[in-house]
Amino acid sequence: MLKQIEGSRAVAEAVALCRPEVICAYPISPQTHIVEALGELVKGGELSPCEFINVESEFAAMSVAIGAAAAGARSYTATASQGLLFMAEAVYNAAGLGLPIVMTVANRAIGAPINIWNDHTDVMSQRDCGWILLFAETNQEALDLHIEAFRLAQALSLPVMVCMDGFILTHAYERVDMPSQEQVDAFLPPFDPRQVLDPERPVSMGAMVGPEAFMEVRYLEHVRQMRALELIPGWAEQFRDAFGRDSGGLMHAYRTEDAETIVVALGSVLGTIKDTVDEMRAKGDRIGVLGITCFRPWPANAVRDALAGAKRIVVVEKSIAVGLGGIVSANVRTSFAGHADTVHTVVAGLGGRAITRQSLAGVFASAAAGTLPPLTFLDLDHGLVERALARERETRHSGPVAEGLLRDVGLVAAKIS
Amino acid sequence: MSFQPIKFYQTGTFTVGNRLLPDNERSVQSTLRRTNSLNSGHRACQGCGEALGARYAIDAAMEATAGQLIAANATGCLEVFSTPYPETSWQIPWIHSLFGNTAAVATGIAAAMRVKGRAEVRVVAQGGDGGTTDIGFGCLSGMFERNDDVLYICYDNGGYMNTGVQRSSATPPAARTATTAALGPTPGNPFGQGKDLPAIAMAHNIPYVATATVSELRDLEAKVRRAMEFRGARYLHILVPCPLGWGHDSSLTIRMARLAHESGIFPVFEAENGEVTGVSRIRRQVRVEEYLKPQKRYAHLFSPRPREDVIRRIQESADRNIRKYRLLEES
Amino acid sequence: MFQIRIHGRGGQGVVTAAEMLSVAAFIEGHHAQAFPSFGSERTGAPVVAYCRIDDREIRLREPILEPDAIIIQDPTLLNQVDVFGGLRREGFVLINTSRTFEALGLGEFAAQFPPRHVCTVPATEIALKLIGRPLPNAALLGGFAAATGRITLESVSAAIREKFSGRVAEGNVAAAAESFAHVRREKEELDHAQAD
Repeated sequence: MLKQIEGSRAVAEAVALCRPEVICAYPISPQTHIVEALGELVKGGELSPCEFINVESEFAAMSVAIGAAAAGARSYTATASQGLLFMAEAVYNAAGLGLPIVMTVANRAIGAPINIWNDHTDVMSQRDCGWILLFAETNQEALDLHIEAFRLAQALSLPVMVCMDGFILTHAYERVDMPSQEQVDAFLPPFDPRQVLDPERPVSMGAMVGPEAFMEVRYLEHVRQMRALELIPGWAEQFRDAFGRDSGGLMHAYRTEDAETIVVALGSVLGTIKDTVDEMRAKGDRIGVLGITCFRPWPANAVRDALAGAKRIVVVEKSIAVGLGGIVSANVRTSFAGHADTVHTVVAGLGGRAITRQSLAGVFASAAAGTLPPLTFLDLDHGLVERALARERETRHSGPVAEGLLRDVGLVAAKIS
Repeated sequence: MSFQPIKFYQTGTFTVGNRLLPDNERSVQSTLRRTNSLNSGHRACQGCGEALGARYAIDAAMEATAGQLIAANATGCLEVFSTPYPETSWQIPWIHSLFGNTAAVATGIAAAMRVKGRAEVRVVAQGGDGGTTDIGFGCLSGMFERNDDVLYICYDNGGYMNTGVQRSSATPPAARTATTAALGPTPGNPFGQGKDLPAIAMAHNIPYVATATVSELRDLEAKVRRAMEFRGARYLHILVPCPLGWGHDSSLTIRMARLAHESGIFPVFEAENGEVTGVSRIRRQVRVEEYLKPQKRYAHLFSPRPREDVIRRIQESADRNIRKYRLLEES
Repeated sequence: MFQIRIHGRGGQGVVTAAEMLSVAAFIEGHHAQAFPSFGSERTGAPVVAYCRIDDREIRLREPILEPDAIIIQDPTLLNQVDVFGGLRREGFVLINTSRTFEALGLGEFAAQFPPRHVCTVPATEIALKLIGRPLPNAALLGGFAAATGRITLESVSAAIREKFSGRVAEGNVAAAAESFAHVRREKEELDHAQAD
């Protein structure tokens, strides 16, 4: 059924359709609307049977999900940014134990400096933890990916994160097609975990594993995650048949067939990039865009095939590996047969900085002209940066970096006078 | 008090004494139907108080729940020595997740049982003092506050033993640990620190809180049984001596526990909804020296020169416990 | 695509206005996207919300830099924020005020645009009268419908009733209707003035 609702609401309704049994929640912007909506559905009796637990921290949230999933209940939680870091130990624990938990991450920057706006540094900090990572381009895809996530999680006995851009998607009202309970039930089988704590058949979970077997356990985790690459494409087809639209899959390629320049990105920025691509195509530029939906496992072969014909790749990413450069671009480089120099990193949108068609068109044109550096920070205020560096050169006691910048930008009262 | 202590005179520490008791008063440990939930073959040190406490407690819990029990376990000695890959000594469904999240994991298990309509399956969370009073404190308080249907058992040996005897917030004053060296003017763990977890549990007004030691088997079993009569958050704090960490002979584990009780250093009591409902009175009060002297972790209080001032402070705090909980038998 | 930017202060329902506008457009069968420019919750701080309306899927996510219409819920922002930045040449302006453009010091500015595209409506006064609270957002949507003709008053009313219920909904619907009538009258007077 078509609805015009907030992205968070769409995700909450989709999660509810997946018949979760234990939902645990700790508030953090910008995910709160999701768990608030789910809490209402449980309290009001519309989502039943379901236990909704208000926990005391994100670490507790993931831990409660671990206990519930281990005891055979379909479990769900949501977090962002600092919360994801706070539960990091438990995040790795869930993957290592092979528990089919689904979690929404409403992507938000990580402090310091504290910032509540969107970027991908939170999930990227956990990119190698063993969870399957899916990225939504639109609110429609966000709700669809949750249905796929629950199915993937239980099929592979691996936890799955569904990433959606904080505020940009979570707090945007747009049209979504909400499936019916029957449709979801047909796509998502009843919860039947591989391992379960049950007095009838006692098992021990979480034993110590020493050098004699740890390599093998970790290898099996890797193998299991790679299986997602086989399952996801087939399921995307099933999804299209069942729900009538293209959602999920490993990636979405747009106008890449004859493209000389291919842009690669994750998440909602793909929409703006597609508009930019259309404008440039209208002027004769051979440019296309590849949206990665499944980031972990990294779909190496599919990416390699999609990028094969391009002369240059521009990776636009809302993340940064401090001290190195791009994170997504580093992953892309492993799957591009061309010269490593032809993969350009454009770090954009950190901490919620707006990404505009105009700026994107600029870097794309620059790439085509061969003048784009290997690493660019989109719309960086060079003046601001230079002045900050000058301040640090002038005096040892230059004070907190952020305050100095903000004062320069004029957002903080410089003096009381 | 859930249990009336049976006074076995002239039979000493080693007598379980069950043949002197009617059938229905015998301990779970003495019966053929005991489940051996923590089975033999685990790798605990000789004389480990925690292994003893866990076997007593979990077998009692299995009896009280007709075998419908799931356990969550914190990282620590118990977890490590009970599950040496590829073996496990647990004959019950058991999960080890992390160090600080055991109470939350147990909350999740209890929620799963509730949502699946299996209310007869009960949940126990267990951890050492480090995993309970320090790193697990946040999750513990959350579980208490929500009144989740979990019995949390803390096996308190006063330190992080598995990692080499480091200080925790349950380490008693003046005790030597690897991180509170017996050096300087105030050797060992400082006075004026530490958490009284049973009191903190009581402050949450949860249905049932109790302390116990491995020297009183029936008392411990009775408290587990009593705890299982309640629904909601429950807390059992068991003193479990550690021969290695405390520096005493492995044959003295039960004796040390008894001395801790009889000196007043470790008050044994029960509470419901934040109020004390019964205490295990001290039969024959001992001076704290009798408890401290056999333990090398207190050796610096006796040599090279006796630290009467420190011993006096320990005696004072034991006397305070005796007064506060009225531990001395009325004459 | 038609792009609307709404300016106001925290607590005035700016974000809700954009959301209701998108719902109204949805009801009429359009694609619509509404989102705020975000900050932590803080009453009184300047807030901007955006709404895009189109007849095909809206993929663009950047802030609205070149709006086709600007709604100003709080005229005290005029000296504080560049509320008119990027407004298109034939763009619409709707200001919540009981004063004239000249009185607001915007006479010259308004003259750059087609006269029927720049409107005022005393939405706060209307809201106080019909809802009992100085929340002008729903009223302004009624004014917007009249000013631009991009959505109907019926759709605005339906969107209001989806968001609110009972007396609150009906109060807001009435406020939207009165604002609609006000702006329509304004435009008719302009037509008569020009016809003379």
